Amino acid sequence: MTTRIVELRRGILKKNDELAAVLRERFEAVSVLVLNLVSSPGTGKTALLERTLEALKAGGRRAAVLAGDLETDNDARRLGASGAPVRQINTHGICHLDAEMIARHLEGWKGVALDQLDYLFIENVGNLVCPSSYDLGERIRVALLSVTEGEDKPLKYPALFNSADTAMITKIDLAEPCAFDRETALKNINEIRPGIRIFETSAKTGAGMEQWVQFLYSEAR
Amino acid sequence: MHELSLAASIVESVTESLGAYPGGRVLEVRLKVGALAAVAEDALQFCYGVATEGTALAGSRLIVNLLPVVMHCEQCGRDVELAGVQSFRCSLCGKPCFDLRQGRELEIEALEIDEGEIHTDQVRA
Repeated sequence: MTTRIVELRRGILKKNDELAAVLRERFEAVSVLVLNLVSSPGTGKTALLERTLEALKAGGRRAAVLAGDLETDNDARRLGASGAPVRQINTHGICHLDAEMIARHLEGWKGVALDQLDYLFIENVGNLVCPSSYDLGERIRVALLSVTEGEDKPLKYPALFNSADTAMITKIDLAEPCAFDRETALKNINEIRPGIRIFETSAKTGAGMEQWVQFLYSEAR
Repeated sequence: MHELSLAASIVESVTESLGAYPGGRVLEVRLKVGALAAVAEDALQFCYGVATEGTALAGSRLIVNLLPVVMHCEQCGRDVELAGVQSFRCSLCGKPCFDLRQGRELEIEALEIDEGEIHTDQVRA
């Protein structure tokens, strides 16, 4: 038996990372701002997007959504009511979206040309673990946390919150009945991702939506 | 739980690089995994056993080398290792750190390969 040590130094997710880099270049080339929304299931990603699409439409901006879920096209139907192009990605058991799924669903998307868009939102599968490892070619990763989930979510899932570019606390209209400790939540987010920009919103009342939409305007190129 | 996807990617990568060693069999795969890579080693070990079945990696050992988070502290002007992933503050001065230098690695570092018997005619050649 002859054994040999072979140095490989190869990323396990190299294929995903390479494809994400290609997507990022493609998005940048046509100046579409791509955001990847990550959170646990039920944080209110879809409700936030409903409000966001409405506001962007009123502001004359063009947005589209790729919505990830294990099963059902419920989110696509909900978001499609805004008139924006929405395509559902069903992963059938896979706990995250990857760059290949994004690339595949951009192909043959009827009536959607990337260069006609200002924004592309990717609503990731609700999961606070796995999506943190998969680059989708986004420019901004938004980690969401609802007031019903508890202030210590960022400490429990540091990999995801640390990978985010922006954080958002959702459902703030429920803060009081949930005895949500805002200061602690903000402190915990800052322990895991110091200096990150944090939005506080309620898709139900519209609170905080103006700051969020202003941010989207200012980030668009 | 995306460890099965990761195990499948490891098998794919290693099988590709085995092309340079026809007939080679993998004895060991060494990984570098950062503390923020969101990987559970037990789950990965289990999935590795499943994913390698019937491949050139079957029966091989998976060695996981865990790497702590290293941040660059602007205040101290140096890289500091964090004791955990609960607070991204400099372990020396306590100031928040923004610049991650290590901790997201998910990398195949090296392989140990059994190249098989070297035949005498090959040696002479």
